[in-house]
Amino acid sequence: MPDSRADSLATAARRQRRLEAALPWLVIGGAFFLWEAGVWLLGISPFILPAPSAVVQAGLRWWQPLMQDSLVTLGTTLLGFAMAIVFGLALGVAIGSSTLVYRGLYPLLIAFNSIPKVAVVPVLIVWFGIGIWPAVITAFLISFFPIVVNVATGIATVEPELRDVLRALGARPLDIVRKVGLPRAMPYFFASLKVAITVAFVGSIIAESVAPNAGIGRLMMVASSRFDVPLVFAGLVVTGVMGVLLYWIAERLERRVTGWATRGQEGLTPGG
Amino acid sequence: MEIADVAMRYGGAEGTLALQGCSLSVQEGEFVAVVGPSGCGKSTLMRLVSGLWPASAGQVWVAGREVAGPVPLVGMAFQNPTLLPWRSILDNVMLPLEVVPAHRARLRAERAAYEAKAEALLKLVGLEGFGKRHPHQLSGGMQQRTSLCRALIHEPPLLMLDEPFSALDVFTREDLWAVLQDVWLERKPTVILVTHDLREAVYLADRVLVMSARPGRIIAERRVDFPRPRRLEATYDAEFNAVVAELRALIARARAGEEPDA
Repeated sequence: MPDSRADSLATAARRQRRLEAALPWLVIGGAFFLWEAGVWLLGISPFILPAPSAVVQAGLRWWQPLMQDSLVTLGTTLLGFAMAIVFGLALGVAIGSSTLVYRGLYPLLIAFNSIPKVAVVPVLIVWFGIGIWPAVITAFLISFFPIVVNVATGIATVEPELRDVLRALGARPLDIVRKVGLPRAMPYFFASLKVAITVAFVGSIIAESVAPNAGIGRLMMVASSRFDVPLVFAGLVVTGVMGVLLYWIAERLERRVTGWATRGQEGLTPGG
Repeated sequence: MEIADVAMRYGGAEGTLALQGCSLSVQEGEFVAVVGPSGCGKSTLMRLVSGLWPASAGQVWVAGREVAGPVPLVGMAFQNPTLLPWRSILDNVMLPLEVVPAHRARLRAERAAYEAKAEALLKLVGLEGFGKRHPHQLSGGMQQRTSLCRALIHEPPLLMLDEPFSALDVFTREDLWAVLQDVWLERKPTVILVTHDLREAVYLADRVLVMSARPGRIIAERRVDFPRPRRLEATYDAEFNAVVAELRALIARARAGEEPDA
């Protein structure tokens, strides 16, 4: 009976989708379970590796400073990230659409990106003093590079024939960037956002640990100086959760804006 | 359109010479096909005529004016349809209108009229009702039809086609020959079709020009006087095949680097 066969296929597909949705949670749960079991079975001291249950306890006990500091870190990260988006888009467009700018700036950019940002933080403190700015600027410095590279790649790889079609019609370089380059670079841009947002967190937390003023980085420094290792781990977990959350937002946005690049399943292809 | 003794060299004085002493002229409303061995500079010729590159020597005239830079007198289509995947078919066809200065100023005010024009073109190539679709929902042949519409939307006096059908399967290609012939018969643009396919050249063109191996120039031409509209079945007639065979012999000699006697 073809009907029951189609039904069972549909059921199998539904089961597959449910499994795919549940899988990340299962893996996370499983990892925590193994961690907990390992710590208990091997009798590892909480100063070396606290069990997840101890981390949760520490997190609950210190939830107020934990929330406060993570909000500070979230704020500085987002501010730096926003600056990186604006600057990265502008520079990416400039580099991608002009060979001169590319040749001139690219070596400098590479050199700059190779500098460990930890080394820059003391300089930033000299310039801006202790406060949120060293963290904001470190987050910005560390996260703009992937955005620049990806946007530039998207714009520079416009098909030469398409460029010819538009140029022959009298299009100015700016027209080509606006009509073709930028929309074409969008998938690259969103791909880079997902990398940039996670490294932006790295940037703020580095700055917060080098110049402990506020934020989750400072909280972890303070906790480790008091040998409160479970609290350090609670800080790490909160940071991870924030990273995943922002990554998820970036991905949602990507799907809305550049759905054309992922080609939905609706694509029916009549002959002709 | 007139090309007088044009030469084109890439990459400085030591660079590759793509064209040399290349002259040809095309009447208004004429359909000309350019055939030749691969790498003979056919695509270079296209870019010179559309003003994308300046010629190293010689002159190019289109519609009584010397071509010095890009002028929107030319519509172009290539082997690859180069549609924008994020735009609907209709918006893809209308792209040139957003760029050509004469049209972009009026596009906002007269959008409906322009859209009607684009729809009419889509209908002409057999894509009626597909305007709202996106390129990835269409087959290769349909994408190439869209590309043809995009080349025609700003009503250029000259249509340059660079192997537009060579990536398609035989049946789709023959369908599109018929479509192109219909479009040409209705609108009568001047057409220069660059192709490797001799049957295609003979079926579509009034005149077939044969280019030499690099550096390319025109070494022979053959008028094709079959009555229009030409039927696809006619491409299997003895007369038709005689013309194809004649051209094939010319190209074989061009590849060997010999001068034709004629």
